[in-house]
Amino acid sequence: MSETSAQQAHVHAPPEGFIRKHVFSLDHKVIGKQYYALALVSVVTGMFLSWLMRIHLVWPNAKIPGLELLSKVGAPGGVMTPEYYLSLLTMHGTLMVFFVLTNAPFAAFGNYFLPIQIGAEDMAFPRFNMMSFWTTFAAWVVLMLAFVIPDGPPIAGWTEYAPLSAIGKDAGPGMAWGASLWGISIAIFCIASLLGSLNFIATTLDLRAKGMTLMRMPLCTWAWFITSCISLLAFAVLLPACILLILDRHAGTSFYIPAGLVASDRLQPHSGGSPLLWQHLFWFFGHPEVYIAILPSMGIVSHILINSMRKPLLSAKVVIYSMMSIGFLSYMVWGHHMFVSGMNPMSALAFSFPTLTITIPATILTLIWLGSLYGANIQINSASLFALGFISMFVAGGVSGFFLAQPSIDIYLHATYFVVGHFHMVMGVASLFGVFAGTYFWFPKMTGRMMNEGLGKLHFWITFIGTYCIFMPFHYLGLIGNVRRYQSFVDDYMTPYLGVHKFMTIAALITGAGQLIFLFNLIYSRFKGQPAPENPWNATSLEWSIPSPPPWNNFGGKHPIVYHDPFQYGVKGSKGDFVMQDSPEQVPASGN
Amino acid sequence: MGKFFAVVLVIIAVASAYPIVMHQFPLPQDISTHGHLIDDQLNETMVEAGISFVGAQLVLAFFLWSFTGRKPGSALKNFPGGARVLVIFAFVIVGLEVLALGVMGQKAWANVYFSAPSADALQVQVQAEQFAFYFRYPGPDGKFGQIHPEKIDEGSQNYFGLDPENDVPARDDIVSGELVVPVNREVHLMMHGKDVGHSFYVRELRLQQDFVPGLDLSLHFTATKIGKYEIVCTQLCGLGHYNMKAYLNVMSQGDYDNWLKQQSQ
Repeated sequence: MSETSAQQAHVHAPPEGFIRKHVFSLDHKVIGKQYYALALVSVVTGMFLSWLMRIHLVWPNAKIPGLELLSKVGAPGGVMTPEYYLSLLTMHGTLMVFFVLTNAPFAAFGNYFLPIQIGAEDMAFPRFNMMSFWTTFAAWVVLMLAFVIPDGPPIAGWTEYAPLSAIGKDAGPGMAWGASLWGISIAIFCIASLLGSLNFIATTLDLRAKGMTLMRMPLCTWAWFITSCISLLAFAVLLPACILLILDRHAGTSFYIPAGLVASDRLQPHSGGSPLLWQHLFWFFGHPEVYIAILPSMGIVSHILINSMRKPLLSAKVVIYSMMSIGFLSYMVWGHHMFVSGMNPMSALAFSFPTLTITIPATILTLIWLGSLYGANIQINSASLFALGFISMFVAGGVSGFFLAQPSIDIYLHATYFVVGHFHMVMGVASLFGVFAGTYFWFPKMTGRMMNEGLGKLHFWITFIGTYCIFMPFHYLGLIGNVRRYQSFVDDYMTPYLGVHKFMTIAALITGAGQLIFLFNLIYSRFKGQPAPENPWNATSLEWSIPSPPPWNNFGGKHPIVYHDPFQYGVKGSKGDFVMQDSPEQVPASGN
Repeated sequence: MGKFFAVVLVIIAVASAYPIVMHQFPLPQDISTHGHLIDDQLNETMVEAGISFVGAQLVLAFFLWSFTGRKPGSALKNFPGGARVLVIFAFVIVGLEVLALGVMGQKAWANVYFSAPSADALQVQVQAEQFAFYFRYPGPDGKFGQIHPEKIDEGSQNYFGLDPENDVPARDDIVSGELVVPVNREVHLMMHGKDVGHSFYVRELRLQQDFVPGLDLSLHFTATKIGKYEIVCTQLCGLGHYNMKAYLNVMSQGDYDNWLKQQSQ
């Protein structure tokens, strides 16, 4: 596509009226904020559910005031039933993985900043963009409906393994309409993600400003671009997987259900399906999904670190190629979730090797971040604290992957708390650290106001220390063989360790409460924060060359021209120790 | 604040490593012939992962201590050798680790999965269902009766759907809620699921294997210590999942023979 037609394809008139400005907006910035808001509502809900689960685990008979309002059947008199624990567990996982970890670092920040960082007025397909958010919202509404239907949410976990998820009400409470709503919600979510990913790819390839070569793109733009490629291929597999699940449940097909099953004393009227088919399709999506959650945060953290260190990373190219390798390898490793699933044991070896190999690009990334800190002039603020905390968390969560990548160790650790600790730290918390860093960093640009630094730092310390207190013990409990997805520990061997669980619950309550500081900061600063200048962090990328908040068409109708990569820190520029990407000043040639 | 961050990181690194170094969360005793291979592999990985974790946190702490709060305008330096050295380091060190663990670690896996059970192994059929395990022994004739899913009836305790009236080998089959095995004899489990996915997990045996409805899976092991061990379900199977368990009862050959006799009566 020529530059002219590409530039014109996405141009739309200034929005008029409340609905066009704030609801059905075509503006990528509004859509980015809508994604952020949806992720925020989901993360608060998901965290609240985890509180309920943690409380129930250590005080199973505790009356939680008001819980009966959430479900009369699931929590009669405010005391949670075992099956309701599983319902909450399913909803927690689904909300967090899909609506938080996919939406916040990728869809929210990517939507808002990718077009600006490459010097575009909007996404390539603004109407598609609007549609992808509202489709995601529809998916969220369908999922949340599971809370209000009489049967309650499904109890099969966020992985919805067949045939538990496929045979309907005979599988247990929540597996009638609750599980159907889950399947429909995720199918809708897949459609939204496909639309979004296509848009990201087209925008990156077609709408870059003059001079914005691929290698001059900021690292977070690179991360969003790579993530959109992964997302396109991953959700394209999960969508048919969910459709087959819905057909098994409602059209009498047998994709996932073999012959001869007897559930609830009823011979199931199915034959010829395979439960392993669901697992293969699910994890073909599921493992790349881990990188859909973490890669954008890697990009955001790299972007912020460079700014805070006041010098470039040792090599931006190595970071880009490492992220690409991780994305590529993520498609070859899904079977490591299935070592003990009954698939051919030979294939475990084939899946183990590429899984272990991912350690190499992941280690390279970590070493580049660490090595770049050497000799820097690190500025500490809320954004950089979370970016630095990300490195610590990524290493902590990453090394445990080394155990689980080996089938022989997975025999013992599979389905224990070790796995829960691993993915919560690396894909959950590390990824959220990227989101927190991004929020503190970009809030001034998005709202025109600064966030409160003192509250931001307090939020960091509670979250950083709290996270270690919650999730390190998960690993230890996994070592003694503490099984996950149990609503109570009725076994003798667990008795000496109940204190550890209590410690974790208290840590979770405190750390969760610490997030209220963040929420308060977000809302307070939005209205009462100090006015933000155009470029409060003395940063180089294009988003800092326009007013805070940016006008509806980003660059006020002008087309920026890019002269440098965004790594021009530690140089002598007219404004200080940096030169902006759109500044025609000469800079020494860099090795990046 | 950078120096404070550095101190916190050191404390976190030490506090995280302490319970491991002090063996505060020991693996349960190993009662299998293959378990030591898994334990060795796990311990070796723990050393490597532990060094990586503590090392990375300490390096981060050291750099934060050294390179925050510097005077404005302090000279910027680059890591000696730059990215090249780090990339080569990652490829060589991690590559060797991957090769070592990846290749050597297959021994334990091969021991469990790539060797066939011996011909004289004790054959036991296991059925997993919501929310119990049932174990079937072939009885004196050494033959299992056929399974007829439509005849499964929990009320009359016909868990496997046997048809003793028309099927002779089924008449002497022994069905138990407990997996009773003689010590030091190889056991061949033939596993199938009745309704949804389940899993067979015995910590002390270092064994875990899913039941997949529609698939007949097999697992073999030799228990080396007399005692009673918990078998738990580790595949989320519905509302009673947390309560789905049975016991593995490892007996001396004499006790086992007596038990078998009692069951046949």
